[in-house]
Amino acid sequence: MIAVIGLVVGVVAGLLLQPTVPLELQPYLPIAVVAALDALFGGLRAMLDGIFDDRVFLTSFLSNVVVAALIVFLGDQLGVGTQLSTAVVVVLGIRIFSNAASIRRHLFKA
Amino acid sequence: MTEPTPPARPSTGWATLRTALRFRASRGQILAGLLCAALGFALVVQVRQNNEASLSGLSQADLVRILDETTSRGDALATEVNDLRGERDELMSGSDKRQAALDALRRSAETQGILTGRLPAEGPGVIATLTEPNGQIKPVTMLNMLEELRNAGAEAIDLNGHRITASSAFAGIPGAVTLDGVVLTAPFTWTAIGDPDTIATALQIPGGALAAVRGNGGEGDLQRRTKLEIRSVRTLPDPQFATPVPPAAG
Repeated sequence: MIAVIGLVVGVVAGLLLQPTVPLELQPYLPIAVVAALDALFGGLRAMLDGIFDDRVFLTSFLSNVVVAALIVFLGDQLGVGTQLSTAVVVVLGIRIFSNAASIRRHLFKA
Repeated sequence: MTEPTPPARPSTGWATLRTALRFRASRGQILAGLLCAALGFALVVQVRQNNEASLSGLSQADLVRILDETTSRGDALATEVNDLRGERDELMSGSDKRQAALDALRRSAETQGILTGRLPAEGPGVIATLTEPNGQIKPVTMLNMLEELRNAGAEAIDLNGHRITASSAFAGIPGAVTLDGVVLTAPFTWTAIGDPDTIATALQIPGGALAAVRGNGGEGDLQRRTKLEIRSVRTLPDPQFATPVPPAAG
């Protein structure tokens, strides 16, 4: 419940504050958001599996974000930023899909 | 698992979810809430950013590519603008030339029409009325009169309602002067458009046209007018043998 409230509070804060993303963070934020979404779905799935652990959730959330940003940064330095960003998004997308499928199986038995 | 069963068949998944959604201020719940808040915040910010400036999130290579595309597109459009502008100028000057040619032709047609007697004319001129109180005016006197008018620069000449043109001819005998086959009777009213002073002076010179009229026993009355009208026209037959010389090519 607190997680849902936190999500709503975050969205409302973003809408109200209307911050501008610093220029240095602009390439990383979208990838970081996708990575965080992946962590969120992973956490949801773990909760339904009954193996949810807040420590694991925190670690996976933060490490996902950091690693994703790092990969993009590295790609930018190597000159393959766009391609690497696409790769990260694809991988995270696949993970989100598989997590969503697992959640679906738990909830709908199908 | 002690929850009341949902309308569908009971499922452990839903029960787990419900349990998880129950308000518990555990460490895990608060942590998840914080992370979710951060995620929602970042999500909204990124969406807003993406809507605001789609270019700022692009990599350098993409930006260079877009710049290239835009530049080449701009060049192509500039070239097209130049082409179209040239075409437009050409068309405009073409239509100007055409218009000028049409104006010249119209002026030429008006001039020709007046000089050949096809069009009514108005302007300053003189009216000479010849009467025959003491005799009869000879055809050659009338011809003399006409030639004097032409010499004085008369541009349109009318005699008793008949337009006189280049092909007009006097014939007949004194008392029955004919103009182009039409018998004229006195008084003869000449209406000539031209410089009134020049024509009047020309007609009145000693031994001139009016003097010849008086020699025939006639009388001449001369009136200068600042504005008079000649309404009579002559329809000309199309030339049967002569055709215009085609303009030089180019």
